[in-house]
Amino acid sequence: MSQTAPPPTAGAPSPQTQGRDWRAVARRVAQGSAVTSVLAVVVALVLGAILIAAANSQVQATAGYLFARPGDFFAALGRTIADSYSALFQGAVVNLSASSAGDFLRPLTNTIGHAVPLIFAGLGLGIGFRAGLFNIGAQGQIIFGAIFCGYIGFAWHLPVGVHLVLCVLGAFVGGALWGFIPGILKAKTGANEVIVTIMLNSVAAFFLGWLLTREAFRKPGSSDPLSPTLDASAHYPSLFGTRANLGFVLAVAAAIGVWWLMERSTLGFAIRAVGANPAAAQTAGLSVAGATVWTMVLAGGLAGLAATSQLLSTSAQQLNSDVAGTFGFDAITVALLGRSKPLGTVAAGLLFGGLKAGGYLMQASTDTPIDVILVLQSVVVLLIAAPPLVKAIFHLPDEDRQARKAAKQARLALRTEATA
Amino acid sequence: MSATAITGLSLGGGAKTSAPISWKVPIALTALTLLVGVGFSVGVGPGEVSHVTIETGNSWSGRPTFDLPTRASVIVLALVAALAAGYSWWRASRRLKIGRWVPAVAGAALVVAFLLWAVGGREQSLQATSLLSGALFLSVPLIFGALSGCICEHVGVINVSIEGQLLAGACLAAVVGSITGNPWIGLICAPIAGALVGCLLALFAVRYWVDHIIVGVVLNVLVTGLTSYLFSTVLERHAVFATRVQLPRWEIPLLRDIPVLGPVLFRQNVLTYIMFVVVVVLQIFLFKSRWGLRLRACGEHPKAADTVGIKVNRTRVLNTILGGAVAGLGGAYFTVAAGLAFGKEMSAGRGYIALAAMILGGWKPKGAILAALLFGFADNLQNALGVVGVEIPSQFMLMAPYLVTIFAVAGVVGRMRPPAAEGQAYKG
Repeated sequence: MSQTAPPPTAGAPSPQTQGRDWRAVARRVAQGSAVTSVLAVVVALVLGAILIAAANSQVQATAGYLFARPGDFFAALGRTIADSYSALFQGAVVNLSASSAGDFLRPLTNTIGHAVPLIFAGLGLGIGFRAGLFNIGAQGQIIFGAIFCGYIGFAWHLPVGVHLVLCVLGAFVGGALWGFIPGILKAKTGANEVIVTIMLNSVAAFFLGWLLTREAFRKPGSSDPLSPTLDASAHYPSLFGTRANLGFVLAVAAAIGVWWLMERSTLGFAIRAVGANPAAAQTAGLSVAGATVWTMVLAGGLAGLAATSQLLSTSAQQLNSDVAGTFGFDAITVALLGRSKPLGTVAAGLLFGGLKAGGYLMQASTDTPIDVILVLQSVVVLLIAAPPLVKAIFHLPDEDRQARKAAKQARLALRTEATA
Repeated sequence: MSATAITGLSLGGGAKTSAPISWKVPIALTALTLLVGVGFSVGVGPGEVSHVTIETGNSWSGRPTFDLPTRASVIVLALVAALAAGYSWWRASRRLKIGRWVPAVAGAALVVAFLLWAVGGREQSLQATSLLSGALFLSVPLIFGALSGCICEHVGVINVSIEGQLLAGACLAAVVGSITGNPWIGLICAPIAGALVGCLLALFAVRYWVDHIIVGVVLNVLVTGLTSYLFSTVLERHAVFATRVQLPRWEIPLLRDIPVLGPVLFRQNVLTYIMFVVVVVLQIFLFKSRWGLRLRACGEHPKAADTVGIKVNRTRVLNTILGGAVAGLGGAYFTVAAGLAFGKEMSAGRGYIALAAMILGGWKPKGAILAALLFGFADNLQNALGVVGVEIPSQFMLMAPYLVTIFAVAGVVGRMRPPAAEGQAYKG
C-alpha cells in the first residue's frame, strides 16, 4: 500500500489494505468505520428524539404557546426525550433503580434473550450474503427448525441432556432441510433464491398452521392451535441463575464456528470465492453448485437454531403459529449491520436485542410506542452503510468524496478537451 | 477476462456440437399433468356434477349456470394438459423452442380442472365471474409493485423496497383522504409517498453506492417503523383518521356489456382502470420510446450509455423515483381503493410477492403482470371456494400458489437474465 493519495478511479468504499502500515491504520481509524458507526447511532438517536417529542401530548400542548412561554416547551421536550431514552437504556442494559444485583442486571439478560435468535439467524443469513445469495428465507427456516425442535421436545420423553441435544440437533436439521430446497433448486435449475425463499416462508407458515390442527401436534383435549408443553428436560439450563441461558453460549460458539468456517476452512473459501465471482470460481475448478447448496444448508440450519431460543427457554414452551415472530426478517437487518461477519453479527444482534428489550419497557413506562425502535434500527443500518453521508453530515474529511470530485474534474477536463 | 476466455474456448472447440437438450419443461409438464389428472379424476364419483355460474353482462342472457359432469370435464382438461406436454416433448426433441404459451395452456387447464374437482358434487355453484374480477382487484397492488420493480431494475437499480413504497402510499393516501374527506386527493398523494421512498432508495443506491438490496430491505423496515409509529401515536388516537373514504366503482358503459369479459374487466374500482392505463403506457414506453431505450441502456451497459451522452446517474435517480411513485400508487389499493382506514403493516408482505412476480415474469412488464395476476387469482381462490363450502384444509389451499411458483421458477422458467448492470453503482 502506497502512502500517496489513492488513484481517483479506485474510489471503492472499502479499500483492501493489507499491509501493516501503522500510520495508515491510524488514519483509517480516524475516519474509519468506528467513528462513523458511533456518529450513525448519534444521528439515529437524534431522529428518534424528534419523533418521540413530536408524538408526545405534553410537548404538543406546550408547543401551542411556544412563544408565550418557551420554557415550558423546552422543559417538556427535555423531559419526554430523557424519560424515553432512560427507559430504553434501563430496559436494555441495567436497571438503575433495582434493589438487588439480580434485578440490576435483569435487563441485560432480557437483551441477551432477545438477541440470541437474531444472532443465530443473522449468522446464517451472513453466510448466504457472502456467497452472493440473497436468502430471505430465515423466517421459514426458523419455523421448520421450530417444528422439529418442538416435536422432539414434547413427543419424545428422554433423559436430561440427551433430550436437549436432540432438540437442538432437530432444530438445526429442520432449518437445514428448509434451506436445502432453495439451495438445490438454485444449483440445479438456476431458480432465483429470492423468489424461492419468499415462497417457502409462506409455505412453512401455512404448513405449521396445518400441523397445529392435527392431533399429533395439538394439546390433548384442546382445540386451540397450540402444541403440548415441551418437557423440562429439553430446556436450556440457565446461566448463573439468571434469565440468560445456555442458548447464548451456543450462539457465541456458533459465531466462532462460522468465523472458522468462513476464514479458515476450504468450504468457507469456496463460499467466499463463489460470492465474489461465480464465473471465476467455476473456472478455477470450484464447484459453484456445491458451494451454493452447502451455503443454504448451513444458513438454514443456523436459522433453525434460532427457534431453540424461543422453544427451549423456560418462558415459552409451546409450539404455536407465532413461534418465529419476525426474527427471520429482523435478522436480515442484523446480518447487514454486522456486515455478514460473525463478530459483527453478534454485536448487531446484541444491539437490536437491546433495543427490543428496552423498547418494551419504554412502551410500558412512557408515552412512546415501541415502533420507534424500527426507525432507530433502520437509520443506523442505512447510515453505517453510507459512511460518506455521515461524513457529509458532520463535515468530516472524506477521501471518497475528494476522489469523486477529482474524477469528475478529470472527466470534465477530458470532455472540454474532446469538444475543443 | 475469464468469461471471454471460456466462450472463446467453447466456440473454438465445439462449433459443430449442439447444445444439450433441456428436458425441463416437458418433464415438469408431464409430472404435473399426471399428478393432477390422475389425482383429480380418481377421487370423483361417477355422477358428480360441478355447477359454474358466469355473468354474461347482458340483461337478456343473465347469469347462466352450467352443470358440468365433473369426471368427464376433469379428464378432458387433463387430456388438454397432456397434449401440451406431448407437444413440448416433440418440440424439445427437435431442439425447437417451446413457446411460453405451452406451459400456460397446460397450467390453465389444470387450474380449471382443480376448480371443477373442488366444487364437484356441491349444491352451490362456483361464481366464476366474481372469482376472476376479485382476483383482478387483489392483484392491483402486486401489478403496480411489479411494474415499479421493472422500471427500477431496467434502469439498473434493484428495488427491494416495493413493500415500503406500497405501505407509504397506503398510509399517506389514507391520512390525506381522511383529513380532506376526499378519496381522490388521497389517491393523488399515494404516489408522492412512494416517490419519497424512491428518493431515499436513489440517494443511497446511486449517490452513496450502498448495496441496493441492503437499502431496499432497510427502507422497508424504516417505512414500517415510521408508519406504525404514526399509527400508534396519531392515527389511533384521533377519530378523524378512522373515517373511511373509498374510491368509486365505475361501470364503463358499453364495455361492461361484453359477454363474460365485461363484468370481469369493466366493473372495477377506479384504481384498476388507472392500472390498465399505467400497464399499457409502461409497456409501450419502456420498449418503444427514447426514454425507455435510454433507461434500459443505463441498466444494461451504463458505460456505453455514458459514452453516447446519457447522464447515467441522473437517469437512474429520476426513474427510481418514478418507480417508487408507481408502487406508491399501488399502495392506494390498501386504503382508499379498498375503503379501509390505515392499519399497521397492512401491506403484509405484498411488496415481496410483487418482487417475486417481477422476477417470475422475467423482468418484463408483460410477464410480471401475468405472474401478479396468478398470485391475485390464488389469493381469491380461497374466498371463492370458501363460499362453495369446499373442505380442503385451507392451509394447503393457501400454500398452493407459492408451491406452484417454486415449481414454475425451478422447472419452467429456469435461468432468466436480469438487466446486466442491475445493482452495480456507476462510478464513471
